[in-house]
Amino acid sequence: MPLLDVRGLTKHFARKHGFFRPSSIVKAVDDVSFSIEEGELFGLVGESGSGKSTTGRCVLRLIEPTAGEVYFRNENVLSFSKVRMRLARRDMQIVFQDPYSSLNPRMRVGSIVEEPLVIHSIGDRNERRRRVAELFDLVGLESEHVRRYPHEFSGGQRQRIGIARALALNPAFIIADEAVSALDVSIQAQIVALLLDLRTRLKLTFLFIAHDLRLVENICSRVAVMYLGRIVEMGETRALFTQPTHPYTRALLSAIPVLDPDAPRQRIALDPSSFKRDAPLQAVGDNHWAAV
Amino acid sequence: MSALLDVQHLTVTFDAARGTRVVDEVSFTIAAGETLGLVGESGSGKSVTAFSILRLLQPPGRIMGGRIMFEGRDLLTLSERDMRGVRGAGISLIFQEPMTALNPVMRVGDQIAEALTAHDMASRSEARNRAIELLDAVHITDPARRVGDYPHQLSGGMRQRVMIAIALACRPPLVIADEPTTALDVTIQAQMLELIRELQTEFDLALLLITHDFGVVAEMADRVAVMRAGRIVETGPVRHILRAPSHEYTRQLLAAVPGARATAPNRAR
Repeated sequence: MPLLDVRGLTKHFARKHGFFRPSSIVKAVDDVSFSIEEGELFGLVGESGSGKSTTGRCVLRLIEPTAGEVYFRNENVLSFSKVRMRLARRDMQIVFQDPYSSLNPRMRVGSIVEEPLVIHSIGDRNERRRRVAELFDLVGLESEHVRRYPHEFSGGQRQRIGIARALALNPAFIIADEAVSALDVSIQAQIVALLLDLRTRLKLTFLFIAHDLRLVENICSRVAVMYLGRIVEMGETRALFTQPTHPYTRALLSAIPVLDPDAPRQRIALDPSSFKRDAPLQAVGDNHWAAV
Repeated sequence: MSALLDVQHLTVTFDAARGTRVVDEVSFTIAAGETLGLVGESGSGKSVTAFSILRLLQPPGRIMGGRIMFEGRDLLTLSERDMRGVRGAGISLIFQEPMTALNPVMRVGDQIAEALTAHDMASRSEARNRAIELLDAVHITDPARRVGDYPHQLSGGMRQRVMIAIALACRPPLVIADEPTTALDVTIQAQMLELIRELQTEFDLALLLITHDFGVVAEMADRVAVMRAGRIVETGPVRHILRAPSHEYTRQLLAAVPGARATAPNRAR
């Protein structure tokens, strides 16, 4: 049984063109289905506007989806009441991209990490303090720094604060939405190492949303590629990267810069007429599907 | 061949009282038509180096010493008036953020024309035709119509192309590109790098490419200089640096590139 099972997830936004003109519909997420096994690191990749972040937000109901089902431990969270959903979010957390705008600049970092515990009325003051110190330790921050403000920390340290806050309620599942994209490569490598380490130690399951294919290839066991709101290809990382099947996946992979100046470079341009936008996913190999 | 740009012992501070050096005795050369990749992480001083070459540093930033020889003149000794002649016509700059670098209330054609008329390189009527030619050179479809567009009417990739057109308007022999593709998606990045390569041949451009991405360097550069904490720690031909980095920091940077491999991956390319 998968930990998370997303079926037919759809989010449409109405786009208004002015008073007298009819509004059109943007299919930001269009009939997206995937499942994540317990302990898995599942990658969701795509370019800006592909719908990958909206998908992540719909899973947590930070944005209400238009249609579909999101089963977490076999229960459809889209049917939950507000109160029930709040409880469910203890188990499902998100780490955002921008460590500069996602932390309240007027709050001390200790309070930022403690806030989820306060909201969910967990522990008394002293217990919460101990938990915050424990969380700081867990993500590699000095627990003496709890009284500092976010601006006193570097980008990498702020991302550790964001991770500590996400871990405060002991979640089973974490969505990392471009969680390392804004960081320098060496800091990025440290944060990725931290996430991988936490996954083992805390038995976490990850939905890793990213536009950096090199990163996803390196750490995820399975990957789904999104294009214009739909998953166009999904499979085990190795299969998908060595035998890309969908024209978009091929174009995307051929655009990644390679570290070898002598490597043959053949850009594959995307020909939108080479595939149907609403083609269903079909098996093209073992655990490998493409919308062709 | 003598160098087009020869930077010697460039030193920059933002705190003259304490003398902390943001750029510390940096030296490198670029030959005509050559691409030098200047690689480093945030805060390494690579963008400050670029701004110093164009003398666009804002106070408290100050050049404390060094020489910047360009086409036989030391830019650091030029009058502000002569320096204005160098900017755009001798050396131009492509920024990271096309949305902030373009004027939102000015038609893109006028922004290109402005570069030409500012350097007395064209009359106003000629400038419009040149603008259309330049938009065509950077592969903007239907340039005669697009020349009248405002930046917000263009996609991110098209804005980046407009910026390149402005940078090339006066046919400078050297272009400094400061993280030109960092904000772009990987497929748009690939198109943009291809375009820059093509224009380099067509316009016979030398390029100082500032980036944190070794992948981009491998695609574009002839030589590489690796910067850290204001100093160039290693420099050499791109093949050499990527295959046999000798400085520990270069090795760490290369190892931190996700999925770093010495050779091309086995994939459908």
